[in-house]
Amino acid sequence: MSDLKSQIVEQLNLQEVKPEDIGNDDPLFKTGLGLDSIDALELIVLLQQHYNIRIANPEQGPEIFHSIRTMAEFITAQQQKQQA
Amino acid sequence: MSNKAYITGTCIIRNNGIFHNGQLVWEAPGAELQEFLRGAYDHFSGQYPKFHKMDPLSKLGWLAAEVLLKDNPVLQLPKEAVGMMLSNRSASLDTDIRYYATVKDIASPALFVYTLPNIVMGEICIRHGFKGENTFFVSEQFDTALLSAYPTELLSTTPLQACLVAWVEVMEQDYEVIMVLVERNGQQPLDKESLDAIR
Repeated sequence: MSDLKSQIVEQLNLQEVKPEDIGNDDPLFKTGLGLDSIDALELIVLLQQHYNIRIANPEQGPEIFHSIRTMAEFITAQQQKQQA
Repeated sequence: MSNKAYITGTCIIRNNGIFHNGQLVWEAPGAELQEFLRGAYDHFSGQYPKFHKMDPLSKLGWLAAEVLLKDNPVLQLPKEAVGMMLSNRSASLDTDIRYYATVKDIASPALFVYTLPNIVMGEICIRHGFKGENTFFVSEQFDTALLSAYPTELLSTTPLQACLVAWVEVMEQDYEVIMVLVERNGQQPLDKESLDAIR
């Protein structure tokens, strides 16, 4: 999850946030990291660029991007599907 | 109502220096543009992380407004009473080119949102809550006749009580901001000659 945090900080240009300051279960939007709708699109780009993962169902977005942990779990599940 | 407008403050950003009302208030000799912008942000503002996501055009306009409006009574006016009139030569071409480069791979949403020149006005409005009329003109040169006559008209015929008027140009490492605060009362009339003298 530390790699994912670093990738998010770089992709979203969060220059005043240290990856280690992001809690695994902190909300990424609104009260937590305070990301916005453009950031959500950048997270989708991040999944494509770094993990070759495309989100088939956009309605899953809020669930996938809730926190670092939910993102990591989604990435792991998708990688296992790709390997199967 | 007076049919005149007055310049009550100026901010010029060029040659790695920031000038407030004619006085050099910060400089970073030899710095690349992005390094210069980050240094200026740290010096004059901070605590506004969205700055880092802006394109250079928005950063330049936002910084000039930040310097010009710090502790300024204009910030106490009704938000609908503060407008903006900006202009430049290259529109958002500096960012358009960088966005186009990403299209060959995966288009960047964060760059795409800055592929309009008037976004800089939105960033300033969001920062200060301004809701007054705003307009962005693209012209080959700093048109001091237009940028004096039009704000004067706005202050005379609309509810606007103050207006930010600026030339905000950037293309790669070449940049220049000339921003003036214009109000209904003051000492220095807003006219072509005054803007020519300031630039």
